[in-house]
Amino acid sequence: MIPLSWYLILSAALFSIGLFGVLARRNAVAILLGVELMLNAVNINLVAFWRYLDPVQMTGQVFTIIVFAVAAAEVAVGLALVISVYRNRKTVVADELDMMKW
Amino acid sequence: MTILFLITAVVILASAVMVVSSRNLVHAALWLVSALFGVAVLYAMLNAGFMAVVQVVIYIGAIAILFIFAVMLTRREMRDTGPGLNPNWWVSAVVSLLTFGGLAYLLSNWSGFSQTSADLPSGFDAVGALGDALISPDAYVLPFEVASILLVAALVGAVYIAFNPQNGDNHE
Repeated sequence: MIPLSWYLILSAALFSIGLFGVLARRNAVAILLGVELMLNAVNINLVAFWRYLDPVQMTGQVFTIIVFAVAAAEVAVGLALVISVYRNRKTVVADELDMMKW
Repeated sequence: MTILFLITAVVILASAVMVVSSRNLVHAALWLVSALFGVAVLYAMLNAGFMAVVQVVIYIGAIAILFIFAVMLTRREMRDTGPGLNPNWWVSAVVSLLTFGGLAYLLSNWSGFSQTSADLPSGFDAVGALGDALISPDAYVLPFEVASILLVAALVGAVYIAFNPQNGDNHE
């Protein structure tokens, strides 16, 4: 049987890769892709803790469902903002969106 | 079981690296689908079959397709011009490696780190218990309703933000 640590390390690695994507990519859509990877790492943790610690309590799965809903909301609003920015500025590169920079 | 886990982990991590490094955003979105599918396999291995189905339906079926639409709507030609990464991307690499190291260090000091899984009670209906937990007043009905209101508000806001006044004459 696989120990809990393998799931936790996999999820930490996935979170770090997503963090790198969020920090390093220039395209706003690619930044949102990195956020999705980070949310999936959190979900792996929640389900693994549910299974390994107390499977009769459904807390882990309930919060996974809530993370699904929050992820869907985040993607919808984020992509709407990206499309709106693209319509006004004709670019989605985060470096060039500097109207609010002094 | 161990072999299956290792294969899935390699697929997830390799796809995730391709997501953050691929120049072509359509390719990055398709690699994201592969990573999400690997996560669904992990859910199935953890006896969370409902989560695996929800992962495929919501993440792959809705969110990844939404990403592909957004990539196609925000691009004249499909290829990025210029580099895909920041000029100081190595700072991001250092920060994410430090995050991974810190998380691994914290976890390795935790007493339950190498714990094996608890036994599922025989005949335990996880999906039924999840449904009960989501609608029972002494469990999670309030967070569930708050999440649904958040989703409705976010989708209304998304429609409003993405609405183009030039094309819609009957607006206002």
